[in-house]
Order: sequence, then C-alpha cells, then structure tokens
Amino acid sequence: MEALLNLAVKSIFVENMALAFFLGMCSFLAVSKKVETAIGLGAAVIFVLTLTTPLNNLIYMHLLKEGALTWISPSFATMDLSFLGFISYIATIAAVVQIVEMTIDKYSPKLYGALGVFLPLIAVNCAILGASLFMVQREYDFAESLTFGFGAGTGWAAAIISLAAIREKMKYSNVPPALRGLGITFILAGLMAMGFMIFSGIQL
Amino acid sequence: MDKKTRKILLDPLHVNNPITLQVLGICSALAVTTKLETAIVMSAALTFVTAMSNAAVSVLRNRIPGNIRIIVQLTIIASLVIIADQFMKAYIYSVSKQLSVFVGLIITNCIVMGRAEAFAMANPPGLSFIDGIGNGLGYSAILLIVAFFRELFGSGSLLGFTVFQKVNMGGWYTPNGLMVLAPGAFFLIGFIIWIQRTVTPSMVEEE
Repeated sequence: MEALLNLAVKSIFVENMALAFFLGMCSFLAVSKKVETAIGLGAAVIFVLTLTTPLNNLIYMHLLKEGALTWISPSFATMDLSFLGFISYIATIAAVVQIVEMTIDKYSPKLYGALGVFLPLIAVNCAILGASLFMVQREYDFAESLTFGFGAGTGWAAAIISLAAIREKMKYSNVPPALRGLGITFILAGLMAMGFMIFSGIQL
Repeated sequence: MDKKTRKILLDPLHVNNPITLQVLGICSALAVTTKLETAIVMSAALTFVTAMSNAAVSVLRNRIPGNIRIIVQLTIIASLVIIADQFMKAYIYSVSKQLSVFVGLIITNCIVMGRAEAFAMANPPGLSFIDGIGNGLGYSAILLIVAFFRELFGSGSLLGFTVFQKVNMGGWYTPNGLMVLAPGAFFLIGFIIWIQRTVTPSMVEEE
C-alpha cells in the first residue's frame, strides 16, 4: 500500500507528465487559454488514463509479452509479440476513447456537454500513449499501472489548470509583441517546470 | 521544380514552421534534445514517418470513410513507426535505448496526424509526400538548433566530442545545468520563437 502511495505522489509531482517528460504538450499549450476548458480537458485526461493504462497492462501481460501466451497452449512459450505493442496500445486507446464518448453521451448528457469536445483530442494526446509505454518499460503490475495511470493524469491536469490560471492573468501584462501568445507560454511553462523541480527527491 | 512544389517544401522551414507556428509535435522536440545525436536520429525517423504516412493516407484518401478516418490514419502511422523502431533497434541500438518511449510517441506526434488530416486528405500523393518531407525538415531544423545549444552549453560537447573543456576534466568550462533540465528546453524554444517573430513580423499573433 505504501509503495503504491509513493508511486502516486511520484507520478503526480516528481515525474510530472507535462513538465518533466514534456508529454501532451500540444494540447497543454493549445487548450490552456481558459481555466474552465483546462479543467474539462484535465478531467477527461484523468478519466481516460485511469482506464487505458491498466487495460494496456493486461494486454501486455497476457498477450504480447514473451511467453505470455502459455495460457492458450504451452507450445507458445517462446512467442514474443511485443513488437506489436505500439499498434495494440494505440488501438486500445482509440477504442476506449470512442466507448467512453458514447457512454457519457447516453447516460450523462450534461457531462458530455462539458467533456465531449475534448474526448476526440485525447486519442492523440501523447500523455496517454506515453503512460502506457512507460508502464511497459518500467514493468508495472496491474495495481501499479492503475495507480500510475491515475497519478499521471492528475499531475497533467494540475499542470494544465495552473498554466491556464497564469495565462488568464497574463492579459494584464505588457508582453513584447513578438513574444505574445506561444512564445511567452513557453517561457511560463519553463518557469513552472522549474517550480516543479523542488519536488524532486521527495519520497514517502 | 515549379513554384507551388517549392513553396510546399520550403515554407515549413521558416514561415509555416510546424513547431513554432503550427504548435505541433512539441513533446518530442523538448524531450530528445539534450544531445545532438538523439535529435538527429529523431528528426530522421520523424521525417520518414511523416513523408510515408502522408503519401499512404493520400493514396487511400478517397476510400477512407469519414467517421473512422482517425483510426485508419493511426493504424497507418503506427505500422510505419513500428518499421522505424525495429530498424533503429537493429542498427543503432544505443541511440534507440536513449530515445526510450519517444520513438513510440511519434505515433501521437501531432505533426504526423496534423499533416495527414490537413494536407494528405485533400491532395495527391506526390505533393503530400513533399509536404511530409518539408514539415519533417521544419521540425528537424528547430530540433537541431535546440539540441546544438543544449548539448554545447549543458555538457560542453557536440555529438559527444568535447568542445569546451569542463572544470571537472581539468578545463575551464562550468556546465550550465539548467540546459540539460526540462526548463532549459522550454526557455530555448521560447527564445527561438521570439527571434523568429522579430525577424518576420507577419508571424506575430494578435491577441
């Protein structure tokens, strides 16, 4: 339990998806103009990450890993399908996003109104695929990948909401014309990344 | 080469740069640029994938049903990335190890998807291929500039060869630790955008 809590804290703060690994940068910079939309996208990312990371963990453990197919027949013990990883993970992610979108649309039109427009964007958010690839690389088990998925999502959401809050205040500042928009956002993100560096080395 | 083709090939290098103007493909641009070597390999892989996927999507563009086009595009791109990844594992294993998950993340690199969606779905294969090469080169240009400065000032070397003799090696140069860390990458791209938009004022964003 303690190990899982430690992993959660680590994935939210120390190894923040957006600010330490630069994942999901495109939407991080493009959809952070308003706090409200940032909250919507952040919530959708937490939701999808918490679902897809453990799901891809099952796929890797029981279908792709070397020797994973022995549950079908012992003669598959030397079978290694891990080169199919990329295509399976992205297919899972695209499918989950589609299913989540349809489910929310049917059962909670209000939530759909808030999250709906962001869901298609998420399939190509690299934080989602990145989390699955990190999960494989670091050999997490099922419980760990669930925690990691949730933690990584929460960290990403926290980063985009804080960036959006800063950008809303930026309209009161006198930024040099050539730096307006994208340029100053990069510098802001850099300063935030510096702030997040104080968490490095924290362990429970 | 006629004027239109030349425009498609060369525009992404500066005035329509995928990273600094279209805001596409930033994740990997920041993550793989601590060393020049990884940046070069990444640029080559991305240019290959963008050009080939643009051509493939363009060939199939009249046969792909509209509502499942994202999944079709992702499948094409994922297959190409698997080829690039296997190739790199076979011939340049150490670099592929350093790039870790970022090779796989070419799949969700917005440049590849963005160009497939915005250009290849509406143009013939030849032009789409050139557009892919052009955008790949535009991406590479920024990557190489960022990696050049990060490696030079962060570790005092270029492509692994020492340029500035470091203090702990008996030299004079104290490496700038900020450059190898995440914030350094953000600042550098911010400054590149600043310089680029000062030189070409038409790129300035209106708020």
